Amino acid sequence: MAEATGTATADTVIDSGDDGVRRRDFINIAAVSAAGIGGLSVLYPLISQMAPSADVLAESSTELDTAAIAPGQAIKAIFRKQPLFVRRLTEVELDEANAVQLADLRDPATMADRTKEGHGDILVTMGVCTHLGCVPLGAAEGENKGEYGGYFCPCHGSHYDTAGRIRKGPAPTNLEVPEYEFTSESIIRVG
Amino acid sequence: MIRILAILGGLFFAVASLWAFGLGAFTAATTTTEKPAEYAFHEEWTGPEDGFSFDGIVGNWDRQQLQRGYQVYKEVCAACHSLNYVAFRNLADLGYNDAEVKAEAASWTVPGIDPNTGEAVGRPGLPTDNFPSPYANNVAAAAANNNAIPPDLSLMTKARKNGSDYVYSLLVGYGSPDPEKLAKYPEFETPDGLYFNKYFPNVNIAMAPPLNTGQVIYADGTEATISQMSEDVAAFLSWTAEPTMVKRKQTGWPVLGFLLFATILAWFAKKQVWSSVKPRKDD
Amino acid sequence: MSFSWARQYEPKNGFTQWMDERLPLPRLVYNAVGAGYPVPRNLNYMWNFGVLAGFFLVLQIITGVVLAMHYASDATVAFAKVEHIMRDVNWGWLMRYAHANGASFFFIVIYMHIFRGFFYSSYKAPREMIWLLGVVIFLLMMATAFMGYVLPWGQMSFWGAKVITGLFGAIPLVGEPLQVWLLGGFAPDDAALNRFFSLHFLLPFVIAGVVIMHIWALHIPGSSNPTGVEVKQESDTVPFHPYYTAKDGFGLGVILILFAIMVFFLPNALGHPDNYIEANPLSTPAHIVPEWYFWPFYAILRAFTVDFLFIPAKLMGVIAMFGSILIWFILPWLDRSPVRSGHYRPLFRKFFWFGLIPAMVVLFICGGAPAEEPYVMLSQLATAYYFLHFLVIIPIIGQIEKPKPLPYSITEAVLGSDKKAVKGENATPAV
Repeated sequence: MAEATGTATADTVIDSGDDGVRRRDFINIAAVSAAGIGGLSVLYPLISQMAPSADVLAESSTELDTAAIAPGQAIKAIFRKQPLFVRRLTEVELDEANAVQLADLRDPATMADRTKEGHGDILVTMGVCTHLGCVPLGAAEGENKGEYGGYFCPCHGSHYDTAGRIRKGPAPTNLEVPEYEFTSESIIRVG
Repeated sequence: MIRILAILGGLFFAVASLWAFGLGAFTAATTTTEKPAEYAFHEEWTGPEDGFSFDGIVGNWDRQQLQRGYQVYKEVCAACHSLNYVAFRNLADLGYNDAEVKAEAASWTVPGIDPNTGEAVGRPGLPTDNFPSPYANNVAAAAANNNAIPPDLSLMTKARKNGSDYVYSLLVGYGSPDPEKLAKYPEFETPDGLYFNKYFPNVNIAMAPPLNTGQVIYADGTEATISQMSEDVAAFLSWTAEPTMVKRKQTGWPVLGFLLFATILAWFAKKQVWSSVKPRKDD
Repeated sequence: MSFSWARQYEPKNGFTQWMDERLPLPRLVYNAVGAGYPVPRNLNYMWNFGVLAGFFLVLQIITGVVLAMHYASDATVAFAKVEHIMRDVNWGWLMRYAHANGASFFFIVIYMHIFRGFFYSSYKAPREMIWLLGVVIFLLMMATAFMGYVLPWGQMSFWGAKVITGLFGAIPLVGEPLQVWLLGGFAPDDAALNRFFSLHFLLPFVIAGVVIMHIWALHIPGSSNPTGVEVKQESDTVPFHPYYTAKDGFGLGVILILFAIMVFFLPNALGHPDNYIEANPLSTPAHIVPEWYFWPFYAILRAFTVDFLFIPAKLMGVIAMFGSILIWFILPWLDRSPVRSGHYRPLFRKFFWFGLIPAMVVLFICGGAPAEEPYVMLSQLATAYYFLHFLVIIPIIGQIEKPKPLPYSITEAVLGSDKKAVKGENATPAV
């Protein structure tokens, strides 16, 4: 914009007498505050529109049949757009998991805590590394199961044991066990 | 120069449109065009006598009525009409609790796949599913309905002017043409396979009268007359068209109140600011 | 800015001092819409609409960006995505209704702004460039609005896209290939929807750029005013802030009340029910109309029902419709009256109120009505007047009219006298 050339002159037009200054200030402050409040309250819908929408939040559930999983095998499923691991542990793996001292664990939990009663050999976890969200290896046949024979996340080297508990590497907590229930002897419903 | 060109251009456009006007006026004066008989038989639709509970700027849903309307949709309309944009979970708005929504959803069969073979099968609906379509696709819908595809109903009341009234009127509007008008237009007759309905835009509709007295048995004991069912299903379809309608109006009031308050403040602030430059006799 | 008495920006503290030496943004704002911009003291409420137009441009961009976060420009899902916004997205219904009605309000405000320009001849020297940029903004707005209306992929969207691109098909020789090129196909589909979405997102930012130039050009001569007499001295002006910020704040409040009434209580009143039916290439709605803000121009398009000389009716309509806006570009050079304001031009004022305004109203009504009599014939008369008004009447009355005496200065117009007046010519109250 063009540079003004004239000298700044005192404004001769504006002439606010001493009296009424307070009232003027009050009404102006009130009007500007109202505009501010209005502007701020508009932010609320603008921000919350980015939160998950109703269809995303709606409870969704996944049903699975565990009958076909042989001991030592795992299947991958999808639960709320994220991978879900369902593994049937072998006796050896169970013993291994139960032999660990809780004090040695970063995120202490027993095998029983992480499975359902009567189905102690079925381990249901999210396939999401608790470090930064990669999908750990070890669910499919022939994949690297890590130093503890469970899951291994290749992104940053987190090792999980046969119970899906964090043993080594940067991940802070065990693989999450989602809410689920057995609706029959072999069918589970997650979520 | 530019003005001379402009004047010529202006005269050109004016002469061209007046030329069209002249020819149009000549045609209008020498020929008489008659509107098709459908115009004479068509009547403007109106709502139920005492209106809908959600009418007006403070109206609210009548949840009992919505539930009745849902029942009519489920037992009558759903045989031919889809409700594509509505999910079973939305039924919670009608006053059903979680368990009831799940049960309602499970009473519908939605397309799914067999988890073991991947084959297409029907499975009970889940709250997250949308209402299933009665036909696999438009071709199937047309084939089953004498080439008239039953429209999706989710947005029907927004897709017509005063749509809630339209749905109501249409459902109660079946009957035979007014004999007086028929005497005036003896040629008029409803083609085979269509039904006379004075509220339908061209008065001959492909949908057979869908409602009969007592067709549904309401859980709340309301008598299922045709006008009762029509009103209920019109209310239900108004909800499916805009489930957020009541929330919208309820949000509007505080917003308007605030704006009114802020504008009055702004008026006084403006007056205050300008009071110092009011016209004065001395400069 | 161009006035010697304009107040100079003075940094108040260390930070603003530091900023002023590196990026004088506060100075820019101060000089553009702050106390550093002297504005004629006699502006009436018709001068509010520029700021309001800026407000609605920003509102459209904000709500539009939000909607784009939830929309997909794929013909198979676009309609469903809009319903997703209406039903599932948090406050999505508010965003969409605010955007849809915001477009209408943007046009209401812009039409008021343009008609203020017509009446007070704001386009005259030295403000021709402001006017030209304004017409460019208006054309860009029309393109943006048209493409935006296609995005919900309802019946009106689809058929609107088909009919409006069909206009280009009227151009001799290149018309049909041009139409196919515009659509990326033989009928509107994915290709058209995607490019419309892309351009609908882009153009508002282009508009914002032209708006900056529009305001820049405004600050060279300064604002016009209801007397049409140029600013002569400091007593003719007041600083934009706080005087016009306060006045515009009040105006904004009033229009927001009207806007809120539409958004919350009548959100679909300005729309068309058929757009809640998904696009169906096999069935045209019984009565297709564009959005209300295009009705006058749509009426001009349809007014040409018969071939004229060697020009086919279809082409004639297209030329007239585009011409009806393009002639605004030469308006500053058609109107040679030395007097700006319609208040001091008795003949011009009569033609404005009893010619142009009724013609526009008739065109508006006919554009929204079905193509039946009497609407077609009325629109033909109004179209003839429209072109005569701008191209014939304005140049001629500029020559023959005897304007009323003007006040010596804005100060005299407002206060009744101005000591600096050379002669004690009687002032005519301006507002």
